[in-house]
Amino acid sequence: MFASRTASSRLLASSSTKVASTSQIAQRAFSVSATQQHAAPAPVPPKQALKEFKIYRWNPDQPSEKPQLQSYKVNLAECGPMVLDALIKIKNDLDPTLTFRRSCREGICGSCAMNIDGVNTLACLSRIDRSESKPQKIYPLPHMYIVKDLVPDLTLFYKQYKSIEPFLKNDNVPEGREHLQSPADRKKLDGMYECILCACCSTSCPSYWWNQDEYLGPAALMAAYRWMADSRDSYGPQRKEKMQNSLSLYRCHTIFNCSRTCPKGLNPAKAIAQIKLELATGA
Amino acid sequence: MPISLFARTAPRVGAIRSIATVKSTSESEIEILNAQRSNRPVSPHLTIYQPQLTMLLSGLHRITGVAMAGGFYALTVAFAATSILSIPFDGATLVSAFAGLPIYAKIGAKAAAAFPFAFHFANGIRHLIWDFGKELTIKGVYRTGYTVLTISAIAGTYLTFF
Repeated sequence: MFASRTASSRLLASSSTKVASTSQIAQRAFSVSATQQHAAPAPVPPKQALKEFKIYRWNPDQPSEKPQLQSYKVNLAECGPMVLDALIKIKNDLDPTLTFRRSCREGICGSCAMNIDGVNTLACLSRIDRSESKPQKIYPLPHMYIVKDLVPDLTLFYKQYKSIEPFLKNDNVPEGREHLQSPADRKKLDGMYECILCACCSTSCPSYWWNQDEYLGPAALMAAYRWMADSRDSYGPQRKEKMQNSLSLYRCHTIFNCSRTCPKGLNPAKAIAQIKLELATGA
Repeated sequence: MPISLFARTAPRVGAIRSIATVKSTSESEIEILNAQRSNRPVSPHLTIYQPQLTMLLSGLHRITGVAMAGGFYALTVAFAATSILSIPFDGATLVSAFAGLPIYAKIGAKAAAAFPFAFHFANGIRHLIWDFGKELTIKGVYRTGYTVLTISAIAGTYLTFF
């Protein structure tokens, strides 16, 4: 009943659009909001739009088999807009053995970091390329040991993060009140504290590809600078002293792949350059 | 609800499903993990990553630097070695050998030296700008990157032909 009423009102509206006054438009806008939202959608069969996804597969139970790309065809008309929606649909409907990490589906947990069409990003923040002509390629984060399919082993990445001591260190803890900080000092942390440690930046860095056993990588280094720059932390000199070797920090050659790929729009390369500058000038 | 649950489980009472459990200590778990780790492949990297100006210019900087350093050392070692072995090889012979080359070889040789030098020089200045804490944004990186490419194209052409 609602459906038929909205249909007729639409007809009326379309026939009189040219003479509609502002009051009429306002009235229509108001009347449409409730009825149309609750009306059943018109029973138009969804257009079939088959999109091909080529996904990196490797099964630890068959370690002798080489990793390969497996092709899946997903009907986009029955799938959400994001790459993660497609992955979940493939896992639900086509192949339950497909393995990937996911959690929040809104870009805050960093679990679904992977390489989509050649760029590291979060699958939940990355829209499916709607063109059906070319397949969308999905690889795990580059140059990482693969646990299974799209799941990389992040043990070393987390160890590196732990090694920079990502917590407030201060010997003079104010008694009976919190650490105070001026708004200007607080502002220095913007653009760094938002990091969710998805590892997109570190695994996009060629330096990190070749030297990840010793080079800390953009994510850990930005976290390190986040504490160096914090006015409440008194261990800045010691934190900087730990960077005084040829590999931990100075393997960064300002390539900028990290900032280019960060799904949160942060700038790890700038943080690393700041560490270098402060080490050079003794600031 | 409990009735339906019972009804569903009832026919299966006769068939006992054997479930194998494995007891493991933390040492044996590490062993299993290490066995798995030894099999893990490294995911593809350079071959699948989208070519971006950021990494392309960085790679080019490294390649031109290594090539020019290699050329410099080769020439220096050649001077030293030929003087020890008393083979006639000095600046004059090099100049006369170069003058005897056909025109396209001359231009090719000059271009092969000029363009890497121009690029490496310009990009080195770009690195110095970064080291002063300037242009450290994606926009800045692309702006300076295209500037470096333009400058090295112009300077390289100039050094090749004049």
